Amino acid sequence: MYTFSSKLKTFSFVLMAIGFLGIGYGFYTAPKDIKEVEEILAADSHGTHAVKKEHGSTNEANSHEVHGSTEEKHVEAKTSSQKHEVSSDDEHTEHLNHVLHQLQNKPWSALYVACIFFMLVSLGVLVFYAIQQVAQAGWSPVLFRVMQGITSYLPVGAALFFVLLILCGLHFNHMFIWLDPEVVATDKLIANKTGYLNFPFWIVRAAIFLTGWSLYQYYSRKNCLAQDEANDDLLYKKNFKLSAMFLVFFIVSESIMSWDWIMSIDPHWFSTLFGWYVFASFFVSGVTTIALVTLYLKSRGYLEFVNNSHIHDLAKFMFGLSVFWTYLWFSQFMLIWYANIPEEVTYFITRIQLYNLPFFGAVVMNFLFPLLILINTDFKRISWVIVMAGIVILMGHYLDFFNMIMPGTVGDSWSIGVSEIASILFFLGLFIYVVFTALSKSPLLAKRNPFIEESKHFHY
Amino acid sequence: MSNKVIYAIYNDDDILMDAVKKTRAAHHHIEEVFSPFPVHGLDKAMGIAPTRLAICAFLYGCVGISVATAMMNYIMIQDWPQDIGGKPSFSYIENMPAFVPIMFELTVFFAAHLMVITFYMRSKLWPFKEAENPDVRTTDDHFLMEVAVHDNEEELVSFFQNTGAVEVKVIDKH
Repeated sequence: MYTFSSKLKTFSFVLMAIGFLGIGYGFYTAPKDIKEVEEILAADSHGTHAVKKEHGSTNEANSHEVHGSTEEKHVEAKTSSQKHEVSSDDEHTEHLNHVLHQLQNKPWSALYVACIFFMLVSLGVLVFYAIQQVAQAGWSPVLFRVMQGITSYLPVGAALFFVLLILCGLHFNHMFIWLDPEVVATDKLIANKTGYLNFPFWIVRAAIFLTGWSLYQYYSRKNCLAQDEANDDLLYKKNFKLSAMFLVFFIVSESIMSWDWIMSIDPHWFSTLFGWYVFASFFVSGVTTIALVTLYLKSRGYLEFVNNSHIHDLAKFMFGLSVFWTYLWFSQFMLIWYANIPEEVTYFITRIQLYNLPFFGAVVMNFLFPLLILINTDFKRISWVIVMAGIVILMGHYLDFFNMIMPGTVGDSWSIGVSEIASILFFLGLFIYVVFTALSKSPLLAKRNPFIEESKHFHY
Repeated sequence: MSNKVIYAIYNDDDILMDAVKKTRAAHHHIEEVFSPFPVHGLDKAMGIAPTRLAICAFLYGCVGISVATAMMNYIMIQDWPQDIGGKPSFSYIENMPAFVPIMFELTVFFAAHLMVITFYMRSKLWPFKEAENPDVRTTDDHFLMEVAVHDNEEELVSFFQNTGAVEVKVIDKH
């Protein structure tokens, strides 16, 4: 049995406390009205006003204008940036309003990105766990309890995330512009999508998905624990079927989830492989988390039967899935870049112009770094190499979610400051607390799994 | 001086593995082991150094990506930078996404083919190569261990008969 070390527990509480204060600070310092925005803009625009203006209207074009005129507006903004000095008061107020919305969105988006990221990481672990069950993998059963521990964050994260979605629906923020009836009234493209993008349908879908995943998590763990005390393999077979059904449900719900919670932030834009892309991102993060938690528990002497070969296998998955993520990232980017159709390409123009470093930095962190580090077989057996690669991969995929969500909600007003870091710390603390509490509640080795003996003696 | 070797023939890979370990423990130098299929862990038991083919492949891949980059940079950007369907040919980086599929394929192509050729050269394999099979049964269901003899013929023969060999032969190699 694992006992939650008091140091780690204190650490998680400290993270949560700091995070909570930081989140509160983020909301407190967000501007309340246009006047404050004017002051902020005046403060940081010494001589860069024209540039600021250009960015402002470029971004406005991306999020609020009717689709057809997006490119026009963009070009116009670029060529006539000098003329902007004599812009009318109306335009100025509109601009301030726009920046106000962005700045008000900032603490919300920071919270949203961190919340969805940690929830999806535990979902990624759940999917990996289900695949291991269905594939009857002979190496991984010694890690099942670790995976169950990590996935126990899912119901908690899902509940918090659902609350966040409801707050969006209650107009506490402007993250999803299609939730704003005024925008829908003037935006034909969004109006055409209201059959799908309307609050009741959207929130019901979210409820179904989050409950479905959490139910699988709950029953799978329950059956696995009961299997320890059983005399036959009935519960194992039950879990096998349950996992197979979950995977079918998951792949459908995952796809829809990615449209609902991430793609609809940019409701003018669509991409067909988006679901897979999101999946690859949190799946590799999930496997990385398994590796990190396993290495931690192993270093504390709790996982007797986990050897180098298990770690090596996890590292291979980290490596392979990182490449898989890159493949999808590039496929999505290259197809849109190559055809350069205005209605699709604005998505990447925003990201390349305003989010240049995070956008390409994510590729370096999620592809180049793991590619060069984890390609070596010997390195895949060295703990500190995996921990280092794992931390870079996790930060890279946080950045990936940041890139998916922020440009549509805060535009060029982004930064990685107090709100963002505090949100990460809060959810990290919560994640550590929930996961390690769950780990301390059941033995770390499944007793009567049919593949457990093979798994104990696994070597590669 | 005659160059005598012992052929110890086995019909089971488990017995072979035990024999290899015993031979190594007795400090007899194993010249070669012939087997109809890969025996897991045989290289470790024989104490053979790990292969460096993977390192070769990585370096060949680096060559491949360099060739692809240099080629396309010269052709598409330096030599004749045409406007083809509005693609930006001003610098390599601007048009790079279009080159990535070729960069990828050439990396894989160079890594795979040059590594295979390296393998052939290092293991001396080619189409009209004369087979070096000491006993035809070793390609079907028998395993053969070859050990050099230095004036200790009788001792070696009895040693190998004790390791479970189905047949122990002393052969005069030229």
